[in-house]
Amino acid sequence: MSTVAEKRGFLAVLWDYLTTVDHKKIAILYLVSGGFFFLVGGIEAMLIRIQLAVPDNDFVSAGFYNELLTMHGTTMIFLAAMPLLFAFMNAVVPLQIGARDVAFPFLNSLGFWLFFFGGIFLNLSWFLGGAPDAGWTSYASLSIASDGHGIDFYVLGLQISGAGTLIAGINFLVTIINMRAPGMTYMRMPLFTWSTFVASALILFAFPPLTVGLFLMLFDRMFGANFFDVTMGGNTIIWEHLFWIFGHPEVYILILPAFGIFSDIISTFSKKRLFGYAAMVFATVLIGFLGFMVWAHHMFTTGLGPTANAIFAVATMAIAVPTGVKIFNWLLTMWGGSIRFTTPMLYAVAFIPSFVAGGVTGVMLASAPADYQYHDSYFVVAHFHYVIIGGVVLGLLAGTHFYWPKMFGTMLNETLGKITFWLFLIGFHGTFFIQHFLGLMGMPRRIWKYLPNQGLDLFNMISTVGAFFMAVAVIVLLANVIITQVKNVRVGNDPWGDGRTLEWAISSPPPYYNFKQLPLVRGLDPLWIEKMEGRTEMTPAEPLGDIHMPNSSFIPFVMSLGLFIAAFGAMYQIDWRASDGADYVWSLPVLIIGMGITIGSMAVRSLKDDHGYHIHKEELMDDHDKGGRE
Amino acid sequence: MDMNKKYTARTWPESPEKTTLEGKNKFLGFWLFLGGETVLFATLFATYLALKDKVPSNDHYLAADMFELPLVFIMTMLLLTSSLTSVYAMYHMKNHNYQKMQTWLLITVLLGLAFLCFEIYEFNHYVHEFHHTFTSSAFGSAFYTLVGFHGAHVVIGLGWFTLLLVRNAKRGLNLYNAPKFFVASLYWHFIDVVWVFIFTVVYLMGMVG
Repeated sequence: MSTVAEKRGFLAVLWDYLTTVDHKKIAILYLVSGGFFFLVGGIEAMLIRIQLAVPDNDFVSAGFYNELLTMHGTTMIFLAAMPLLFAFMNAVVPLQIGARDVAFPFLNSLGFWLFFFGGIFLNLSWFLGGAPDAGWTSYASLSIASDGHGIDFYVLGLQISGAGTLIAGINFLVTIINMRAPGMTYMRMPLFTWSTFVASALILFAFPPLTVGLFLMLFDRMFGANFFDVTMGGNTIIWEHLFWIFGHPEVYILILPAFGIFSDIISTFSKKRLFGYAAMVFATVLIGFLGFMVWAHHMFTTGLGPTANAIFAVATMAIAVPTGVKIFNWLLTMWGGSIRFTTPMLYAVAFIPSFVAGGVTGVMLASAPADYQYHDSYFVVAHFHYVIIGGVVLGLLAGTHFYWPKMFGTMLNETLGKITFWLFLIGFHGTFFIQHFLGLMGMPRRIWKYLPNQGLDLFNMISTVGAFFMAVAVIVLLANVIITQVKNVRVGNDPWGDGRTLEWAISSPPPYYNFKQLPLVRGLDPLWIEKMEGRTEMTPAEPLGDIHMPNSSFIPFVMSLGLFIAAFGAMYQIDWRASDGADYVWSLPVLIIGMGITIGSMAVRSLKDDHGYHIHKEELMDDHDKGGRE
Repeated sequence: MDMNKKYTARTWPESPEKTTLEGKNKFLGFWLFLGGETVLFATLFATYLALKDKVPSNDHYLAADMFELPLVFIMTMLLLTSSLTSVYAMYHMKNHNYQKMQTWLLITVLLGLAFLCFEIYEFNHYVHEFHHTFTSSAFGSAFYTLVGFHGAHVVIGLGWFTLLLVRNAKRGLNLYNAPKFFVASLYWHFIDVVWVFIFTVVYLMGMVG
């Protein structure tokens, strides 16, 4: 594919990506933009650590520091971790279930562009009068009082990108339910597909509360409503509840797909079928279910009372059980396996103890009386970085190395990959392990500077040095990517040699229509079954026939652009909070024009029939002659 | 499958909304979307209940002072009836009787419009008679947000039906547009169900204080 692309001009390639509805190209869009936001969030993290490296530091101002920590959290969760997971879901899940594309290719593209414009909007706050500064949780008591437009950027940016996420979630649910290849029963689906399925269900039910919470905040800040204004009868605790009813499932939305990536990697490089497959599936579903029952453990110190705290404490500890089941299943998958320590496998092996450490502190935090001590201290910071970096980011890095050949048709350099791994792992533990103790010694979370000689100096310096190790690791990874793509050594269907699932039965990258003939799935790890019977590829489930394809479309881009424009109009419409007292007369027309573009393009989409097109059998046979697979 | 193929009542499949893969996907995807919408409204209901009658001072009117059953009863009847007429429309869609489907959908749209007019009158009444506005109290914000979200859904539903009726006015039924009609009617039923809860939680429970 890329050889074709190179022959065309840059503009043609750009247009191709702006209009694509192909899940494989959308995956690349997610990877590139998620990667970009990961770097932005990483730079913010480095600035935070530099500020905290020595006591009484004046590297950044207090207000700027608040903006940094808010944008670091918001960017990493919404604009880096989730899109990067969507990148792998898009690249791999349709292949793993033997589908030609996702159920709604048009919506897939719309979901991406909504996320993209929401993310750009949020980050433009840096250049337009200041970023949001009330923490990624943006508690109403703080955020309502915040001057300027920072919080408005947060509210509108997340609203737009959140809509994109919801669309992506529904799309994956329908894809997995309706588009599986013949023989691909639910209990034959690879774990990454299962965890995508459960995470998508969580997205479906967790994002609407965030949508409502953001609407209430938007109405309060921009249209004079009083949801969180106590003097008018409002109640700021409502925001805390709505945010965490979304926020806790959100962490499972992040970690479950990472569990899925690790499950596939561990089974591949142990050359063994996943131990306790059914238990793994059940544990994934159970974690997803329990994830909705525990949100108030973020609010133990809010004062909900001992009964509520006790219930939520017990529910939270219960999640350790299915998680423990998964940990033991991974260990027992490796037990007696013929293990190859490739880069992805190194990440998987390092993930297990790292994540367990985060889980243990999680159970500590779950006991409500103890939480009164840990709350809002660096202990909490250490805990959630252990689960999110030790779980999600290690999973993303492992997935990058593991699925890179399938997405781009080239292999990342293993030596550089291992250097990245060791630098990152050492840096990660160096940065965050010591923060547990900083927290126990009393260092509060989100603090801008601390006084010298209170026993915090050395540990903070160690933590900052660790962060630099992680930064260097990411730079090595980028160098690896560039070197690999410049060398451009093409690989075959199954570059790791031990692929078990359907994505390794197709060329790297796959043709735009995916499977020429849908594969016949005869059990769990379908490709492995064929390999064990001496074949190198899947048995087709259907004769060669015409393939129905969706048309590319520019409409998703325009629809999202309209909302992006409208958001500026909404934000500057009523500006009684502006310190400069400026009256933005252009804001209402901009709001109307933006909404007009979005609604107009929705009408065009609705009124114009789009039946897609067919690739004819003859063309597919030509492809075969040009030395495709078989 | 040729999407524009002409059908007769005899050749029309039993579940035209789920006959094509596109239709099947749309059908399931929309049900899932309604699941998300359910959570959205549940959240709005919870917010409303938390802020009901929460006003800054004693001179503000409360729910029991404002709500009048006759008006809300008429609105409820209009919307419930419109749900029934949309069921008739889908009945005729399944029997490939396009004109009757159009007629019943038109009646549905008119009933929905009537509901909307009553709602606008109602809001206007509260604002001018009781100074109960979006910005006057937390109660006002919560009330107009919950009922207003529902009202906005009605507007979208009406726009959707109208667009479908206009676009397909001369085309007749085929497997391309049948799922679209079906999904729009699902949406309409959902709006109706939400109203039943608003009627109960906001108005009936509001009347008793």
